[in-house]
Amino acid sequence: MFTSVDDVSARLAETGYLASPAVATTVFLADRLGKPLLVEGPAGVGKTELAKAVAQVAGARLVRLQCYEGVDESRALYEWNHAKQLLRISAGRDETWDETRTDIFSEEFLLPRPLLTAIRGDDPKVLLIDETDKADVEVEGLLLEVLSDFQVTVPELGTITAARRPFVVLTSNASRELSEALRRRCLFLHIGFPDEELERRIVRLKVPGVDEALAASLVRVVGALRAMDLRKVPSVAETIDWARTLLALGADTLDENVVRDTLGVVLKHQEDVLKASAKLDLDAL
Amino acid sequence: MTADAATTDLAARLTGFVAALRAHGVRIGTGETVDAARAVAALGLADRAVLREGLAATLLHETGQRPVFDAVFDLYFPHAVGGPATEAADREELRDRLADALTADDRAMLARLAVEAVDGLGGYGGAPGSDGWSSYQTLERLRPQTLLARVRDELRARGAGAGFADRLLEDEIRRRIEAFRALVAAEARRRVAERRGREEIARRAVAPTADRVDFLYAGKDRLAELRRTVQPLARKLATRLAARRRRAARGSVDLRRTLRGSLSTGGVPMRPVLRRRRPARPELVLLCDVSGSVAGFSDFTMLLVQALHDQFTKVRVFAFVNRVDEVTGLLVHGAADPEGLSARIHGEAAVAAWHGSSDYGVALGEFAERYARTLTPRTTVFVLGDARTNRSDPNLPAVRAIARRCRRVHWLNPEPRAQWGTGDSAALAYADLVPMHECRTARQLGTLVERLLPV
Repeated sequence: MFTSVDDVSARLAETGYLASPAVATTVFLADRLGKPLLVEGPAGVGKTELAKAVAQVAGARLVRLQCYEGVDESRALYEWNHAKQLLRISAGRDETWDETRTDIFSEEFLLPRPLLTAIRGDDPKVLLIDETDKADVEVEGLLLEVLSDFQVTVPELGTITAARRPFVVLTSNASRELSEALRRRCLFLHIGFPDEELERRIVRLKVPGVDEALAASLVRVVGALRAMDLRKVPSVAETIDWARTLLALGADTLDENVVRDTLGVVLKHQEDVLKASAKLDLDAL
Repeated sequence: MTADAATTDLAARLTGFVAALRAHGVRIGTGETVDAARAVAALGLADRAVLREGLAATLLHETGQRPVFDAVFDLYFPHAVGGPATEAADREELRDRLADALTADDRAMLARLAVEAVDGLGGYGGAPGSDGWSSYQTLERLRPQTLLARVRDELRARGAGAGFADRLLEDEIRRRIEAFRALVAAEARRRVAERRGREEIARRAVAPTADRVDFLYAGKDRLAELRRTVQPLARKLATRLAARRRRAARGSVDLRRTLRGSLSTGGVPMRPVLRRRRPARPELVLLCDVSGSVAGFSDFTMLLVQALHDQFTKVRVFAFVNRVDEVTGLLVHGAADPEGLSARIHGEAAVAAWHGSSDYGVALGEFAERYARTLTPRTTVFVLGDARTNRSDPNLPAVRAIARRCRRVHWLNPEPRAQWGTGDSAALAYADLVPMHECRTARQLGTLVERLLPV
């Protein structure tokens, strides 16, 4: 899919995803080694966006499995369409049971869920397993089989093996430790907060109306906020929100009043706002 | 060197690197090592930054391992061999160039200056075997922190700090200087490793990950680093506690109601009725030794429990050195300022009488006497401390009285198990009465809290 690490960054940048060297290298390796990519990092740094960008670059279909507590095999893998099967049985009254049985357990009555969808078919796909840490441990066991061999066994149909391996991205917020076995099968990528220069470029790309000077001071303030000991440090998503807010307010420079009025956009807890105000001398007036 | 020999050398370097990481508790299997080698083959050796990321992606599984990885990587895949090609620079000239580089925030230049600084200022000793390179000596002679004012004025003069962001300037420069200090330390490690052998330096001079540092020996920086992990750890624990609660709520069959329900199906129990749990949230009492020796451990645990407070109906925290006082209120306000917590406890709460050494017997006795009412059959008590009584009476009856009044008592001891009961430690005597757990690192604390906290 990619020829070099630089190729990855360049093509991701075309889709509007500015990748740090770490991200570009790992994506390149995931493609080369054919291994799933486990992405961790704080909320709002672009973990899900990465999968979308890769799909766009590769011209692949994005298949998404959103994990939540209680997600199970029938939601992740496949399910038989019981209602349709019942209709089929009642429609063919004078058939023998053997005929009916072979018929109702055929592809037509199979409802493929994301994991099976990603494996079947010849077109390129990117499989995004979002918030893997929210799923129960049992689902991890299921993923192990799918991710190591890229095959799924449906007892009535046999084993379905991927003709073309999908590019797999798993994301996690680390609210639960993922099992060692799953981690071993993946390349690990931690997306942290970008450095100042990259973040400035991201802000300028996502909010074109913001001029260079404002973006620079915005990013500097956010950097200072991140260095504080806050309950929830602002992420890239918050930086972009803030830039949009300032744009909407028509503020073209950061000053005391603007920051005080809009701090709630970047900080989500009252105690954080208080602490940041104190540290930034906002109440010095 | 033939191509074959080069490959062998690279493979040996890679396996040595993996072994050094394993020695630091990073679990790496053979499969990952093979993947790492494939990654090296795919990426080539031309770009060191790319190689670093590639190896990190294949070998690491957790974010916390990254600092150790970076330090070991610098030793096994150094950016250069030997000293710099240039003549050793003198101190004043280095300071001038450092000030310029800090002003411009020129990372590449800073890295080059770190190399030159260690080469010019960091060498000590003359005879082989006793000589080496010291980052401490380099930084003492160079004193980069004293450049702060100069760099700030320079930046202001250029107008870079105008406007609101001006007030951030000093902190930013401080961070740049901090980064430079780290560069110097890494460079000194590299030079020493050339002299003494990589394996030894990788084992001894690379600091372990924060969650594996002994509370008792953690320095100020390490404790600050640990404090930053409190919120993420608390969130993780809260998720697990919630999951445990849900699991505990289902599954146990209420036999009486199942049988009664089975009457409608002719006595065949078709539908099992599950016992419903009363959603009573447990209460937690924390009794912490805050004397000097274990203060770091107690602080961390208090902050962690405070961060978990919404998981419980009531959390009350008591601190003692040789007297007991309640500090719950201080802790709530302390959430915004964890660094000052211990100072505030010592300043505002009556935790010590006329001397400053801990006395478990008196403190536990006072707690059993004054605060016995806070203990109910729903309370779980955690005692935090090393159980070093300074040779006074351990007051075992008080512990018995506390244990009788509440649901459960756990004692978390930051000392290694082997040291329990040695010297003035009454740990074994207390361990006979209440379950005592070794809790030396943040990692151990996390597992214990997950296992022991009532649901």
